[in-house]
Amino acid sequence: MLDEHLKNTLIEIVGNENYQDSKTSLLTYSYDATPGFQSLPEAVISPRNTSEVSQIVKLCNQHRIPIVPRGSGTNLSAGTTPLHGGIVLLMKHFNSILEIDEENLTVRAQPGVITQTLIEAIEEKGLFYPPDPSSMKISQIGGNINENSGGLRGLKYGVTRDYVLGLEVVLPNGEIIKTGGKLAKDVAGYDLTRLFVGSEGTLGIITEALLKLIPKPETKQTILALYQNLEAAAKSVSAIIANHIIPATLEFLDQPTLKAVEDFAQIGLPTNVKAVLLIEQDGPEDIVKKDIEKITKICLANNAISVNSANTEEEKEALTAARRAALSALARLRPTTILEDATVPRSEIANMVNAIQEIAKKYDVTICTFGHAGDGNLHPTCLTDIRNQEEMSRVEKAFEEIFHKAIELGGTITGEHGVGAMKLPYLHLKVGEAGMDIMQNIKEAFDPNNIMNPGKMFPIERKRVVVEE
Amino acid sequence: MTSTLKKDRIAENFREKMDYDELLNCMRCGFCLPSCPTYIESGMDESQSPRGRIALMKAVVDGEIEPDDDVKRSLDLCLGCRACEPVCPSGVNYGHLLEQARDIIYQNKKKSVGEKVVRGVVFKQLFPHQDRMINAASLLGFYQRSGLQKVARYSGIMNFFPDTLRTMEKVLPTVPKRRSMKNRAEYMPAIGIQKKKVAFFSGCLMDTVFMKTNDATIKLLQYAGCEIVIPKTQNCCGALHGHSGEREKAKEMAKRNIEAFENIGADYIISNAGGCGAFLVDYNYLLKDDPVWSERALQFSKKIKDISSILVDLRFHKKEMKLENQIVTYQDSCHLKNGQKTFMEPRVLLESLQGIKYVEMKDAGRCCGSAGIYNIVESEMSMQILDYKMKQTKNTNAKTIVTANPGCLLQMQLGIEREGLTGKMQAVHIVDLLLEAYENANKTN
Repeated sequence: MLDEHLKNTLIEIVGNENYQDSKTSLLTYSYDATPGFQSLPEAVISPRNTSEVSQIVKLCNQHRIPIVPRGSGTNLSAGTTPLHGGIVLLMKHFNSILEIDEENLTVRAQPGVITQTLIEAIEEKGLFYPPDPSSMKISQIGGNINENSGGLRGLKYGVTRDYVLGLEVVLPNGEIIKTGGKLAKDVAGYDLTRLFVGSEGTLGIITEALLKLIPKPETKQTILALYQNLEAAAKSVSAIIANHIIPATLEFLDQPTLKAVEDFAQIGLPTNVKAVLLIEQDGPEDIVKKDIEKITKICLANNAISVNSANTEEEKEALTAARRAALSALARLRPTTILEDATVPRSEIANMVNAIQEIAKKYDVTICTFGHAGDGNLHPTCLTDIRNQEEMSRVEKAFEEIFHKAIELGGTITGEHGVGAMKLPYLHLKVGEAGMDIMQNIKEAFDPNNIMNPGKMFPIERKRVVVEE
Repeated sequence: MTSTLKKDRIAENFREKMDYDELLNCMRCGFCLPSCPTYIESGMDESQSPRGRIALMKAVVDGEIEPDDDVKRSLDLCLGCRACEPVCPSGVNYGHLLEQARDIIYQNKKKSVGEKVVRGVVFKQLFPHQDRMINAASLLGFYQRSGLQKVARYSGIMNFFPDTLRTMEKVLPTVPKRRSMKNRAEYMPAIGIQKKKVAFFSGCLMDTVFMKTNDATIKLLQYAGCEIVIPKTQNCCGALHGHSGEREKAKEMAKRNIEAFENIGADYIISNAGGCGAFLVDYNYLLKDDPVWSERALQFSKKIKDISSILVDLRFHKKEMKLENQIVTYQDSCHLKNGQKTFMEPRVLLESLQGIKYVEMKDAGRCCGSAGIYNIVESEMSMQILDYKMKQTKNTNAKTIVTANPGCLLQMQLGIEREGLTGKMQAVHIVDLLLEAYENANKTN
């Protein structure tokens, strides 16, 4: 519980109805979508505007109270669990799309706008905002920016980072800054916009975002390539890219994942094959047609047993929606589902798929694999039981080895889910000791009192904060 | 306030009785959030979401929090609409978890003398006994016919009741006479070629207050080629009990129904109330731990089918049906859609009607806020949800809102009354509309 005086000051800022500290409220904001991480905050606060955010941050900075900004709590790296107590800052009142500028092709939105709502509003104008994390139906733009979310369309269109033109941010000292603008070119000083994207709430609170839009592709075609061999599917991925075709989506699902997804979606996915590639191409009709023909040939040449195409819009939508449900569908199989997102250069996909299988065998754990194979971003998902400590330790060892293997292949420990608390022990593998130092120095320059989402990205030595008067 | 001792006992019961594997099955992805009416209407309050409620249940089992009044409040405010189930990729049976948790809380709740009496009368004396249901309904019929209703309305005595109840009183259908409720035939032959033998689950409320709809259901089944058996010994499905923390009583009633239907040799057991059907389908879960009854319950549950579903099976939508020109929209019954997975069939039937234009409303699958007695005990949230629903129905310009469950029907009528649209808009049960359309088109031949 926060000190009574502090609590009253916070209530004065946001109003009674926007300050929650009942046990029920604290418990329901103690977790996100990451298994094994849970910790109670001391209060849950929902500011109504940027000025209130600034006042709250100033107060917290003065009293050294941790702040964890939170959207819908769907992140997969424990980024929004309040591991050191403090305040969970909900952005639910920041839910307006402020402007769609069709002359500059930008959208200005508040961070609490649901990703899907934003996408729909934009597509109504014939425009396109490509980042589509699987949780897009409920995830918020602010969360997407803080986690630099990817999605199914990352291969051709990039990730959230590639669409953020400018931000309004409340810094840990309470100052409000604006970065970037409606500009195609802008080299005035350091690129702070990019620094904030993917900063996991450790540098400040994003209160507004200016996002880039592109014209909506005219047509779309979706195919499923079926394989009786995982490696053949993985090799097809590299072959497609090597043939200079960049599909909008190039997803990989292995048999256990297919079965679990079909169990949920019941759309007639093939469950008798070892792997499938879900491939989508968009653009002008003739180019799409040509690309899909080429891709089909490449898949068949790489031992696909058949290639089927979706005929209607509903079928296409059903396939991608089913893929988005993959992780949660796998949760049907065992009590605990632990997902990673090790990423390798696209040419190494087949090697990585093989390595994951070997590692799973070595540690005797069940790992299903699906993911955005086209951009080298795999989601090896371990099905286990958090109550079985012996098994959990084998799971941990298996993942550690997967991370090492990814790095060895020139990859990274996380492609799109972020470091958070979950991958914090492995960050040094990717960035090295000097890299860790410079990152920590940056963090200190922004947030010398370490109030912004402490315990994420870097280990924290100090104990739980005690309120100072 | 719940005393510490009581909280300890509730927590202990949570540890003993909650299905922990099912609690763990929720991996907290949050995919359920956008489907939850209370999450949306509470301004995205996690403690009013399925994920939040499951987290609370688990935290009580794990001893992380006490089952205090706020926890109870969060569970009370759940509609039990189960919209979170079909969207849950992990397949969490949220409805079962909710029932278990509510059962524990209510069994441990200190009830006031008044509440004890009311619960005793409703759950033990009234609903399980169809003859008493008829008596009670007759009393309501007497109230409506004798002039008492008029007196009550004009005398201002109704002003002492809460808003929702007062409006509800206005929209209740006129109850049939006692004699007709008592004398239902037990067997009805098919009209034309007999295609199926079915048993009809007539329900407690449906067979009293909504008897006209039951008659229409039987007529439709006959026209569709069904021979119909209506066992006399059946009773209320027990859903009201199961959802209100009276599981043991619900089991008793389930057993009586299983007995009543099991030796008829019917292909299907037909229900016309989404709420009852979903509970009947779940008898095998309700009785899963009972060695004597589990298999019999499973056989029973397998035969449950909604009226719209059998009509489509028997290709009734290919028959000629006609209504006057109008726009028609459909409000899903949550339990028909989420519990029995029946949502295409009513639409197929409606779209086959000549003369009407079917317009789907936005969020037709979102709960209307009726939810059993929720609209009376949680009327503030219920009315907020209903207002959203009415906004969507008005956007369709529909003259007729079609429903598939008595609770939804009353709630939509309540919505029409609240919007001042009585006379311009109507709410009907799908079978009443279908029968009218069928007889309309076939009266001359």
